[in-house]
Amino acid sequence: METSVWIATLAAAITAGTPILYAALGEILAERAGVLNLGVEGMMLVGAVTGFMVAVRTGNPWMGFLVAMLAAGLLAAVFAFLTITLRANQVVTGLALTIFGTGLSGFLGKPYVGIPLPLSFKPVAIPILAEIPIIGPVLFNHNPLVYLTYILVPLLWYYFYRTRPGLNLRAIGENPAAADALGVNVFALRYIYVIIGGMLAGAGGAFLSLAYAPSWLENMTAGRGWIAVALVIFAVWDPVKALLGSYLFGGVDALTYTLQAATKIAIPSFFLKMLPYILTLVVLIIATRQTVVKHIGAPGALAIPYDREER
Amino acid sequence: MAGTSLPGRVPVITWEKRLEPSRLTAVIIPVAAVILALGVGAIFLAATGFNPLKVYQNMLEGVIGSKYGLSETVVKAIPLMLAGLGVSVAFRMLLWNIGAEGQFYMGAFGASWVALTFPHLPAYIMLPAMFLAGIAMGGVWAVLPALPRARWGVNEVITTLMLNYVAILWVDYLVYGPWKDPKGFNFPLTAPFSKAATLPTFAGTRIHLGLVFALLAAVLLAIILWRTRWGYEIRVIGESPRAARYAGIKIERNIILVMLLSGALAGLAGMSEVAGITHRLQHGISPGYGYTAIIIAWLAKLHPATIILVSFLFSGLIVGGYSVQTSGVPAATVSMLQGAILFFVLGGEILTRYRLHFGRKEGK
Repeated sequence: METSVWIATLAAAITAGTPILYAALGEILAERAGVLNLGVEGMMLVGAVTGFMVAVRTGNPWMGFLVAMLAAGLLAAVFAFLTITLRANQVVTGLALTIFGTGLSGFLGKPYVGIPLPLSFKPVAIPILAEIPIIGPVLFNHNPLVYLTYILVPLLWYYFYRTRPGLNLRAIGENPAAADALGVNVFALRYIYVIIGGMLAGAGGAFLSLAYAPSWLENMTAGRGWIAVALVIFAVWDPVKALLGSYLFGGVDALTYTLQAATKIAIPSFFLKMLPYILTLVVLIIATRQTVVKHIGAPGALAIPYDREER
Repeated sequence: MAGTSLPGRVPVITWEKRLEPSRLTAVIIPVAAVILALGVGAIFLAATGFNPLKVYQNMLEGVIGSKYGLSETVVKAIPLMLAGLGVSVAFRMLLWNIGAEGQFYMGAFGASWVALTFPHLPAYIMLPAMFLAGIAMGGVWAVLPALPRARWGVNEVITTLMLNYVAILWVDYLVYGPWKDPKGFNFPLTAPFSKAATLPTFAGTRIHLGLVFALLAAVLLAIILWRTRWGYEIRVIGESPRAARYAGIKIERNIILVMLLSGALAGLAGMSEVAGITHRLQHGISPGYGYTAIIIAWLAKLHPATIILVSFLFSGLIVGGYSVQTSGVPAATVSMLQGAILFFVLGGEILTRYRLHFGRKEGK
């Protein structure tokens, strides 16, 4: 294949990986705080549909993006109330959130199926940087929501490993009782991180409906929320590794299209569509084995409700 | 916080742990959850310009207003019962099998393969062969994620879910591709099965032998759980994996066996759907039975007999949902209501373990 095809594929990998990256970063925040939120798929869908609705009504994609984050954050707040305050089972509550979010998005989005978006997020080349050969067109000719993640990832990394609140965040996920004894408000912080995590999932959903597609289709996330949850394990709860992992998945997405176009091999599209799911399976198995071998792994208190009386 | 208030003066509301789980709330909560979920649904319906009362009334009439509605409710309850039973046995061991949907599709695939490959078999060989192929394929599809879970602790929520997508795409490949009925006007479905591959039905309705499968499966599951050593092991692992290990119970082996049983039941649901209802394999053969089964299992507290009962409630919801779609109510209303029911059940569960204590806080 020619270089230009490869450059286009790599650039497409970043675009396709970004919605997964948003969702994975959100899930990292929640899981670092000790809360396993399996409702990512549902929150993404609600973000995608509300973002699209608002962008159609107002003609302003940024408005849609904002509302998408708020709507998904609201769902995350419901999840937080159930799991943190009422100590409901996190696995089942996450599933409930996904089922409810899928239904709600289909319900709200029904009149919006097939409607064009007046203004979507379009690629903006960054002056000078975009001129660099190969790197420029791959990294610096994207829509603004991609650039936002370029800032968000290092920011989160710095926050986790170099700041006091970041240390507290890791503490409430590893050992909430100890953090509580040191005067850290475990309940309030868990609420905050779960809600911010949900907002990022909503942002990932809005990326799909406002930049990637750009349109609304029922179930348009097609499992990306779940892939993001798997990616968090693969990335060992690290934002930089999550970025690399997201681009890997985006690359598979992009490559299936390139392969179909560039080669004459008639692989039925159904098998190409299976690839991301099978890749997720394989990657998850490898990543889990790694965490076992190297004794690195999930936050110590992940998925365990914190109960002061049972300290 | 207690230090800032004088004991006995300031009224506070606190959670107080119950010594025994409350039996009364165990009944009230699901009922209240359904009512509250309908309330949430009503808000969304009203906000989008529907008359919620009218919609609910039409849904109810769609279910109990005609013999057809009633029999359809039984028909749709069959796959829910089987998949719900399957999910419940895995959940009992804290194995989160979210893959009933995919196991259903693979069961339907296995049964269809038999029916389409050997069309001339007599019914007494055809149906048992389809039965076996259905449970085998469903079981295999559940064992695939069970192996890495047992061996390395790979998260089964994600693996079972990923396999749902793969199974649905596999069936789509078949019905859009090599198995497509040449006389099917290009619709994504296979040729109809032979008469021998049809499950018997009852009294002129669409209710088929799958109902008997489901009821027998519930009895069998109850016997396994409370009358056999295996069932005892499953329950001990669910209560405390550590205690189970000390007692010499082989957890890894049980993970695989329980997932096999769980997937086989969902596969049987898929088999009875193709052999009892559609008489062919087709695109979108399950409208999400595998996911609804999760809600049913949790609502029924994983109890086989209760799962049978709760399945009727949810199949009624599905049938009612179909009957109002013609008047423009989105199909997604049903899954929204299902999710809301589960939310309220989960939120209410704390009341079975704790009680709200009004009044002064007792000093410790």
